[in-house]
Formats: sequence, structure tokens, C-alpha cells
Amino acid sequence: MGHPPACDGPAIAVSDLRMRYGDKDVLTGLDLEIEPGGVTALLGPNGAGKTTTIEILEGFRARSGGDVRVLGVDPVNGGEAWRAGLGIVLQEWRDNGKWKVRDLLRHFGEYYLPYADPWDADALLDLVGLTAQASQRVQTLSGGQRRRLDVALGIIGRPALLFLDEPTTGFDPHARREFHELIHRLTDLDGTTILLTTHDLDEAEKLAERILILAGGRIIADGSPDKLARSAATTAEIKWIQDGRLQIHATDDATDFVRQLLATDGGTVTDLEVHRASLEDAYLTLVAKFEAGEAETAVDAFKEVTT
Amino acid sequence: MNTALHEYKTGWKRGLIETRISLTSVSDLMGYLMPMAIAVLVLVFMRGAEFEGAPVSLGSMNMPSLIGMNVVFGGIMGIVGTLSMDRTNGTLLRAKSMPGGMTGYLIGHVVSTAMFVLASVAVMLAAGLVLFDELDFDSPDRWLLFLAVVVMGIVTTLPLGAVLGALVNNPKNMGLVMLPVMGSVAISGIFYPITALPDWLQAIGQAFPMYWMGLGMRHAMLPDAMAAVEIGGEWRTVTMFAVLAAWAVASLALAPKLLRRMARRESGSAVAERRAEMQKQWG
Repeated sequence: MGHPPACDGPAIAVSDLRMRYGDKDVLTGLDLEIEPGGVTALLGPNGAGKTTTIEILEGFRARSGGDVRVLGVDPVNGGEAWRAGLGIVLQEWRDNGKWKVRDLLRHFGEYYLPYADPWDADALLDLVGLTAQASQRVQTLSGGQRRRLDVALGIIGRPALLFLDEPTTGFDPHARREFHELIHRLTDLDGTTILLTTHDLDEAEKLAERILILAGGRIIADGSPDKLARSAATTAEIKWIQDGRLQIHATDDATDFVRQLLATDGGTVTDLEVHRASLEDAYLTLVAKFEAGEAETAVDAFKEVTT
Repeated sequence: MNTALHEYKTGWKRGLIETRISLTSVSDLMGYLMPMAIAVLVLVFMRGAEFEGAPVSLGSMNMPSLIGMNVVFGGIMGIVGTLSMDRTNGTLLRAKSMPGGMTGYLIGHVVSTAMFVLASVAVMLAAGLVLFDELDFDSPDRWLLFLAVVVMGIVTTLPLGAVLGALVNNPKNMGLVMLPVMGSVAISGIFYPITALPDWLQAIGQAFPMYWMGLGMRHAMLPDAMAAVEIGGEWRTVTMFAVLAAWAVASLALAPKLLRRMARRESGSAVAERRAEMQKQWG
């Protein structure tokens, strides 16, 4: 008994992952490597292929091509011992509604006994803040409580790798904040690697140490929230009014551009504004273009901004 | 630790918990007991009806058949209903996401469905013995035969339910299973002796487990003279066990393959798709 076999290499290693449904390419050569520990967010607009990617990593979906290793094993060949090393929290789970909360945790923990030292049900209830609901039937929980139970079931076998697929979809701000606090508590526990998918940049910035942006079937940006923000912010947008017309110019060196502009305008420039593009601006532009069906140009424009 | 053995043990435990949940959920119990109670009530009114000089009333004659029907119905529909609901609400996917979870899930539901069927058989047997004094159920050989037929029925119908449940991938297609099972009630001599039907319908009826379960139960609970009403004027004990066993073997051979295919296809987006479709249908 003990923890799932720790692998020496990265928790997740993917190269040139491809997925085709019919004649539609969803993933077109996705490369990705995640070292053990920490929270990584896979961020992308709806329909970018986040769920497909994570289902391939979870071993729930066969891929069309490429090489995938999760905890050192190809998910297609993952056995029960490999499965015991994973925790999975899906978007909307309504399973086992008639069970009582504590019974469910206690029973499901037993499945992990041959592979790990599972959480004690009451300690886990305390961790996810469901002690008061222990004797309630699962179907009577609120949406936020239910998702916290899903997290409890995801980590009950002390997984080396935890998948969270769009964990806060449909939450009100309060439930969302409580959920974020729970994820922070999980990262303090032990070296569990967490991969979360979200379409919400704000959530990714709050929770993750590393953000991977998925669009157009591959990873188009990769870095810490800070790094991504800095690279996005190198471009500035300058607006002014001259001869009664609005002028807009994008530049990497705002100071120099403004100096030259004011030196040569003869006093006609008014309403000058310098606006630094934030990561949010860049991301929202990407999402808007993506939803308008201009996936390729969206990706190119975003790359120009962040690299 | 032997992992396979551990999976069976957790499955068994799951079965006991599921049984307790079924027996304490008012909706589960009512959904099951109400139709049975109505059927028994109808039989009570049939206590005065006779069938062509048979020694017992039509009511007494149908009570054992009803218990047989209950085993087939509970065994098949219990598993089919569970498998199709659990694919929509994600219970099956949850099982797939845990080590040994699928084995535990299947064993758990086989155990709990069997328990539920046994419990309902016990209740109906007690009600039958109280309400119909023409039943002949006072010797150990009858008790043994009764138990053997019930166990055979469970062994036959649970894997059959698993085969059908693995094929029905959407709750809206439950009717495709429900209707033929209901139809087999009509041609299996459950509420009226099968000999009253035309020969070709009798032949179809005898191809399905429903008829043989009814026959076996009548054999175990009715006076021997009642065999005269059956096809060929005898209980055909060996044929009865042989036909049920054939269904059991065929189902057991098919079930693992179909269940594995069903499990392999399960994923989060598959569950979401099914749920979206249901919501669209039910507005």
C-alpha cells in the first residue's frame, strides 16, 4: 500500500496530439508538458477543444494521433493502478443522488485501498466544508455543495494528478469564491498536480501558476499569469483627435510615438489617450474573433500580441 | 492485496448499500409495489372465477404466475432501468473514473437488484398464502422447488437485463425493452392459461423466460392435479430449468462484451450530450 507509483518524469507529456471528428480537426498538433506539482490552467474559448484534450488525458477518449503520457503511461493502456493515481472532477455530475454524502465518501474511498491510503470520510468532509451535510442525500445539495462533493470524490484516493473540467460553470459569485478558496487549500496539501480547464481568464489568473491558452487546436500561449500579462502589455494603443477625426495607432514604444506626434502636429492634437493592452483585452479579442468563426486570424493576432 | 477480490468485495458492499437505499426510498418502493398490489387485488376478485373444471379458482391459479412475472420483470427492468438512468446522470462515468469502479458498480447492481427481487417475492408469497387458501405450500420439497425456480429466474433475468441495458443507450428507448417484456406477459399464460391461446402463439410464448417462470411457480405452489391445465398435462420440470438455463448461458456469454463496449463509450461529453437531449425533449 502507499501512494500511486510516482513517476520520475513530467506528470503530463503530450506531443503533436491530433483529434479529428469526421472531417473536422479539433486538435491540430498540441504539445504540452506539465511537471509534477502546482496548478496549471488550460484556458480557451468554448469549442476550442479543452474538454476533448482533457478526456484524452483522462483515458476516456481515444485520440486520432500523437503521443500522450499521463503519469508516465499512455492513457489508452492505463490500468486500474494508473486510474487510482488520477482524480477527476467533471462539469456536471449528478450521480448517486440517493446516497447519503458520508456513505458515498466512505464507500468510494474503499475502491482505492489496494493502491493508496484514501482520505477518511469525515476529515475530507471537513476539508471541503460539507460536515453539516454529511447525513443529507446527495440530490438535496446545492450546486456549489455538489461540486465540492465532486472535488472530495476526486481527491479521495490522494491522486498524483487532479483534473478539474470547468469547475465553476454556473456558479454565483459567492459559490465561486468559496470554490476558489477550496482549490487554494488543495494546493497546500501535498504535491498534487492540478490541471484545470476554464474559459474564464480571471479564474485562470486567480488559481493557476501557469496558463496555457488553447485555440485553433493547439497551445498558442504558455506562461505564468504575470509573464503573459507583461507580454500582452508591451503593445499600447494610442488614440487622439486631429482635425475633428479620431485617430488610433498601435505601437510597442508609446513614449517615442507620442513625443514625435506632439512635436509635429502644430497644436492640432487633442484628447490624447494612451491605453496599454492588458492580457484580458488580448484574450477577449481572441474569444470574440473565435466565436465569429475567424479562428485562424484570431490565433495569429493573439500570437502577435503575446510573443 | 488481491485487487480482483477487493473489487468483488466492494461490489458486494455497494449492493448492500443500494438495497438499503431502494428499500428506504419511498419513490422506489411505491413505483414497484403499487402495480403489484393492484395485480394482487385483481386476483382477489378472481377468487370466484373458475377455469374449465380446474380444482382451484383462477385467482389462486394466477397468484404463483404473478410471482414468476414479478421475478422476470424485476430482474430485467431493474437492471435495464438502472443502466440507462446511470448513464444519463453520470453514475456509470463515476464508476469508470475509479480503480475497479466498473466491476464494483456492476456487482453492486446485480446484488441489489437480486435482493430487491427476493424481498418482493417474499412479500408476494406471504400475501398469496394469506389471501389464497387453495395454494399447496406446506412441504419442504415445494419450498425447495420454489427457491430453486426463483434463483434460476434471477440468474436468467439479471444477465438478460444487462444485455438489453447495455444496448439501450438512451432512457427514451426504454420502451423498446418494456413493450416486448409486457407483450410476453400477454402470451405466457400469466393471467389466463396459455392453452386457451392458438397454437402458434403458444409456441412464441414458450420461447421466452416469462412463460417458464410462471410455469415453475405454479408447479411449486399449486396442487399437483393442476398440471392437467398445462400444455401436455404435465409440469415439464426439466424442460423448464433447461430453457431458463439456456437463456442464462446465452446472456452471460454476451453480457461482458456488451458491458465493456458500453463502458468504453462513456465520457463526460457523452453524458452531457445525453442530458442535453433529454432536456430538449422534456422542454
